[in-house]
This record gives sequence, C-alpha cells and structure tokens, in this order.
Amino acid sequence: MTAHSSGDASARVPVRVTVNGRGYTDSVVPRLLLSDFLRHRLRLTGTHVGCEHGVCGACTVLLDGEAVRACLVLAVQVDGASITTVEGLEGEGGRLHPIQAAFHEAHALQCGFCTPGFLLSVVAFLRDRPDPSEEEIRVGLAGNLCRCTGYQNIVRAVRMASERMAADRRPTA
Amino acid sequence: MKPPVFEYTAVRSVEEAVAELSQHGDEAKLLAGGQSLLPLLNMRLVTPARLIDLNRVSELAYITERDGGVGIGAMTRQRHAERSPVVAARLPLLGHALPWVGHFQIRNRGTIGGSLSHADPAAELPAVALCLDARFTVRGPAGERVLGAEEFFRTHLTTALQATELLTEVWFPPAPPEAGWAWLELCRRHGDFALAGVAAMVALDGERVREARLCLTGVGDRPVRVRAAEALLAGEPLTPARLGEAAVTVRQVIDPPGDIHATPEYRRHVAGVLVARALGLAAIRARPDLGRKSDR
Repeated sequence: MTAHSSGDASARVPVRVTVNGRGYTDSVVPRLLLSDFLRHRLRLTGTHVGCEHGVCGACTVLLDGEAVRACLVLAVQVDGASITTVEGLEGEGGRLHPIQAAFHEAHALQCGFCTPGFLLSVVAFLRDRPDPSEEEIRVGLAGNLCRCTGYQNIVRAVRMASERMAADRRPTA
Repeated sequence: MKPPVFEYTAVRSVEEAVAELSQHGDEAKLLAGGQSLLPLLNMRLVTPARLIDLNRVSELAYITERDGGVGIGAMTRQRHAERSPVVAARLPLLGHALPWVGHFQIRNRGTIGGSLSHADPAAELPAVALCLDARFTVRGPAGERVLGAEEFFRTHLTTALQATELLTEVWFPPAPPEAGWAWLELCRRHGDFALAGVAAMVALDGERVREARLCLTGVGDRPVRVRAAEALLAGEPLTPARLGEAAVTVRQVIDPPGDIHATPEYRRHVAGVLVARALGLAAIRARPDLGRKSDR
C-alpha cells in the first residue's frame, strides 16, 4: 500500500509533526505549502513568505535539522518530521539566541522581514562551519535576500555570532 | 502563488512508483526534491492532475561503488552527495560542481535524479553527467533500460524519459587514470543559474594531452559536449595557443541563448574564457608539478 493516497484532490491527508519541540496533529489538502501550514494552521507567523518560489529565502526553516525553503515543501511531506522555526530559537526566559543577539547588536536588520529566514539559515550554516571565512559567510548567506541592509552588517553579525558561540563552547577555567 | 489543486500519492518503493505511473503517467508528475517542480507549481506553469511523491522511496537514496564506477540513486540529496567521501574521492568533477547547484538550502532538498530529469539547459548536473559519460537507469512498466547521457538529454527541459518511466540511478564509469577535473561557471550571484559553465577533464601523457573532455552548460538547449575541441587537444601539449584554439572552437560550435541576464555574444565570449581557464586548471590538477613549473 502507498503511504498516502488522496483519491480526490480536496481530500485531506493526516499530518503529525513536531514544531519547536511541540507535537501537532492536523489534516491538510495536498497543495498546502509548509510555509502556509506553519502560518495559517499553526499560527506560527514568524516564518515569513516573500517570493513563494524559492528565491528569497524568507521562509527558511529547519526540517529535521537542515535549512530548507518552506515554500518549496508541501505540508503533507513533513508527516513524522521535526521542524524548527524562528519561534523556536529563543532560550530560557525569552533570552535571544546568540545569532539573534548578534543580529540585534550588529544592526543586521532594518525592516526585519527577511530576518527569520536569515536566522534559520545561519543556525544551520554555523553548526556545519563554526569558524567560516568571510568568503564562506557570503556564500552561506547567498540563499537569503535582504533589500534593506546591503548585507555588510549581516556578514558582521554572522562573524560576531561565530566568535561568541566558539567562546561559549570553550571550557571555562 | 499557490500550487493548483492536484491529487497526491506518496509511494514507498520503485515498484509502487511504476504502478502509479502506469495508471496515471500522462497526467502525473513525479515529485523528487521539489526545488524546480514546486516553483513551477506555485507559479502555475505546470498543472498536473496528480503528484507522485518519491521522497519516501528510501531504496533510491544511496551512493555506492560498483562495477569499477560509482552508482548514485536518483533520490540522493545533492547535499548528501556534496558531503560524500566517495564522491570526493571518485567523482571530483561532481564534487567541484555541486556547490554551484542553487544554495545549500536548495541542495538539502534537491536530488541528483531530480535535477538530471528536469534537464534545465543551464543546470550543472546534466553537464557533469555528460562530461563523465554517465549511464542512466530508467524503470517503467516494460522493465528497465539503460541510456547514455548523450541520448538522455533531448532538449530544453526534455529527456528520453517516457511519461510512465522514472530515473532510478545514474552510474558514473571509472575516470581515466591521472585525470584532472575542473568546473568553472559565471553567474550574477552565487547560486543563480549559470550564464555559462564548463566541465573540463585533462588526462596527460608526459607533456601531451592523452584525453580531454569539455562539456558546457547554459549555452544551448541541453548540455553541450564539444568533441571538436576535445579532438583538437588530444595528443598535443597544452600550450596557451592550444587553449586559445579550444576556446575559438567552442565559440564556433555553441549557439547560446540571449535573455535579460546576458546576450548570446556575451555568453559566447564567457564560454571561451571559461574553457581556456578550466582546461588549464584541470591540467594543473592532473599534474600539480606542471603548475609549479609554469609559476617560475
């Protein structure tokens, strides 16, 4: 038997998913995008929708730990998966994630529309490459568009975050 | 910017996929990584009645050394191939080209087989496959058949795949001994489609070229292997004059498109420049001592 098969296009398909550590059960039509599922069904509106064809990166989330465009994944495809959105980044008591704090301090946002996507991309990027060169940072950021900042301060924020996260990892004397 | 209405089936095996295709092939689209198909759906440029989702077909996600070469399952994520030690050791050209495929967020979802089957004429992987003489295993209701890269890519977004067939594996034959490989491309922004891209191989016999291969992307309706330039290089030392002749030949052979990003003339010029550079880089990688000698 196939895993899911919708006999007609309006039939809903069950989806069980963990988002930011919390379990959700829903049933969705097959054409619902993950980005709209997060925003409209789960009311997690921190994931922004820009171009809806995979160019701008505003809707980037972590799907089983890997950064992906939520507008290029169907909600039915994430059944059984674990997702992190920008709402899942904050620490205890609303403390900013080190990458969020660095964006704040380095003035890496102006209107902020693109910022959630940048943050999730940078979380995955710095996990895989904790001490990136300037060139690597720029390639790592190329999948997210920002129309305000000119990117200079975003590059600075990533550098700042990588240095602080490295310092946090060092054992204290 | 929402996908049109479609029916949806998530299959678990190649057998189930073929059964679905036999029933719905003409009106269905296969969903692999979705990084090209979802944009087309969101923009309503395609409106299939049904999507057959391959993402849970785990038997198609593998990289394995076999028959002297390397087989890659069609549903292998591009990011997985990029991180694979087998790819790094055995398929350096694929390793060089993969970081140019979209952005890392795209490669996390995008698959090797999906990109090859989509056959965008400006994509990296079709040109890599053609340069490496890859063989494509295709499955349909009538069974399995194996196609060479030359017959697989037909034209703009069109392959030899029938409506009821799916690509299951691409197999790369062993590389010639002591070959050097290079991938070079020019695009406006890292991750954009190439204005022009070049895959090159140079295998040396002393100072002379034993075998050269050149394959370009972004300069025609499919990946373009320039055998006339390959023949020109074989048996000769790789001098700057030879590189220039290869570039001239490539510019004569190709028929690049013009669009908002670049004119045909500009693409033709860039292709020649990249060809000369890629051949030089491939030769240095084949024989690092040559590069050092030319530095003196």
